[in-house]
Amino acid sequence: MSLITQAMRGLRASGPLRGIPRANVERIATILVLVWAVGFMLWQGAGFTITLTTVFAIWAILAVSLNLVVGFTGLLSVGHIGFFGIGAYTMAILASDASYDQLRTESIPTPDWPFFAALPIGIAIAGLVALGVGVVFNRFRDDIFVLVSFGFAIISFSFFLNLRELTRGAFGIHEIPRPAFGGWVLDGEVEFLAFALVCLALVVLICWLIVTSSFGRVLTAIREDEEAIAVFGYRVTHFKLAVWVLSAMMAGLAGALFASWTSFIDPNSFILLESMLLTAIVILGGLATIWGSLLGALAFVLLEEGMRFLPFLPPEFVGQARQVVLGVLLVVLMLFRPQGLVGRYQL
Amino acid sequence: MTESTGNAIHTIDLSKHFGAVRAVDDLTVAIPKTGITSIVGPNGSGKSTLVNLLSGTLPLDGGIVIIEGVGLRVVKAHESPQYGVTRTFQEVRLFEQISAWDNIMVVLTERRLIRSLFERVTPSHKETAERILREVGMWEKRDAMAGELSYGQRKLLEIGRALAMDAQTYLFDEPFAGLFPEMLERVKEIVVTMREQGRTLIFISHNMDIVRELPDHLIVLDSGRLLTEGEVDDVLSREEVIEAYLGE
Repeated sequence: MSLITQAMRGLRASGPLRGIPRANVERIATILVLVWAVGFMLWQGAGFTITLTTVFAIWAILAVSLNLVVGFTGLLSVGHIGFFGIGAYTMAILASDASYDQLRTESIPTPDWPFFAALPIGIAIAGLVALGVGVVFNRFRDDIFVLVSFGFAIISFSFFLNLRELTRGAFGIHEIPRPAFGGWVLDGEVEFLAFALVCLALVVLICWLIVTSSFGRVLTAIREDEEAIAVFGYRVTHFKLAVWVLSAMMAGLAGALFASWTSFIDPNSFILLESMLLTAIVILGGLATIWGSLLGALAFVLLEEGMRFLPFLPPEFVGQARQVVLGVLLVVLMLFRPQGLVGRYQL
Repeated sequence: MTESTGNAIHTIDLSKHFGAVRAVDDLTVAIPKTGITSIVGPNGSGKSTLVNLLSGTLPLDGGIVIIEGVGLRVVKAHESPQYGVTRTFQEVRLFEQISAWDNIMVVLTERRLIRSLFERVTPSHKETAERILREVGMWEKRDAMAGELSYGQRKLLEIGRALAMDAQTYLFDEPFAGLFPEMLERVKEIVVTMREQGRTLIFISHNMDIVRELPDHLIVLDSGRLLTEGEVDDVLSREEVIEAYLGE
């Protein structure tokens, strides 16, 4: 056993959370985050609350879907942002109605599809890419899986940046439309928030159905010992591939929502760092728990947005500061509560 | 390739190498369908490797395994239950961070991917899981995480998980090792019950008292090769076995 491992075990054993029942820690963490959220929203007013909740809904879809792979199946992926980007770019390319010819920048065809025509295509392409990538990734586990998923995030970003005939590269794609039901366009912030929350509820429901099914139990067994579960007649590679694809499709949905909400995307929204933050959210909230991912996403959004209001922090440092704070939080959690705020499984 | 025999498992020229080490070396051996067979031999004689090969946990380098009359040059782990084979491991391998209940439940439910997505636990699953957990004396610990159980309890749960497979042939890798007398007696009872039910049981053991008491058939391995086999009393009385491998 290494000195670091020994030190970490010692810290865990003598740490401040020792002796506090798990249920109490979970309850305290939940109440703290919820009180923080309500207080912050009351302080900042309705407009800010709507924006913050929309951001939360998108991150929560990503976190819940990633938890299927990381928490339930034990595959520590840091490449989920790639599927988020594929969903976003598919929506942007198919639905944008911008007239690029007038802009003297990279011009791409703009099919001007409605949101609901582009959405299933975005989800399907994310799923298809995941299928292709997953066939290769299925060979790997543990540290190697982290590395290859890292590689996927970098390659995805590179495509978004350099495939300019499709993505307009660093110029990005704008005028991405909002969802519309017939003549009713969800261009108001409240309407879009309601739509995003419906999508989140749908994703949570699907994930709940997955993890409470026999399929979900097999995933947890794969996480624990995939060689052992194979002996009992399960084709482990099929189960891993299936959950990987399902998770990627949900990330594709989040990406499409994001593109439509912001109406503009460029490759900077899909950098590796965002992927790392997403994985951190999943670990922060708690592995193998849907509620943990929701809580982690909420805590992250509150942290991110809340830092804008710190008087001693210049606005240009907010982005970097949130990374530092999230990084420190993760280290503290790994030392004292490696299962996250409300999780049960430890990496 | 099919073959109709009275053997549960028959290997022909089975081999497995780890670099220069011939862990199983052109091994031809037959395991009868009825009764209990024990595999013994010194450390490194290839006992666990043989079990790993028969269950598909390790790929074969050569030879054929005939299970229930079906000849296989490739044994895939996930296909071994189709031939009625299941196993336990030398180092207990449970699904540590899920409950004892779920450790049993996971092997009772649907194997087919799409169907498993829509399957929930049924009263029949619950009934079977409860019966198995009671059978191995783990009912009271059903909600405990597998990783929090004592060594003996873990062994019992692993045996329970194998029993839940309702297989014909069971490969138990050192099921008696490290058990307190009370638990050891319980495992012996389970093994005897399995024989009475007409199951084929193959176990590896270093415990010579148990090897004298339980099996009907004994296989002795040495350096990946078959040293001798036969009825227990007969094999144990052979000079070369006594001198070279049993230390008596």
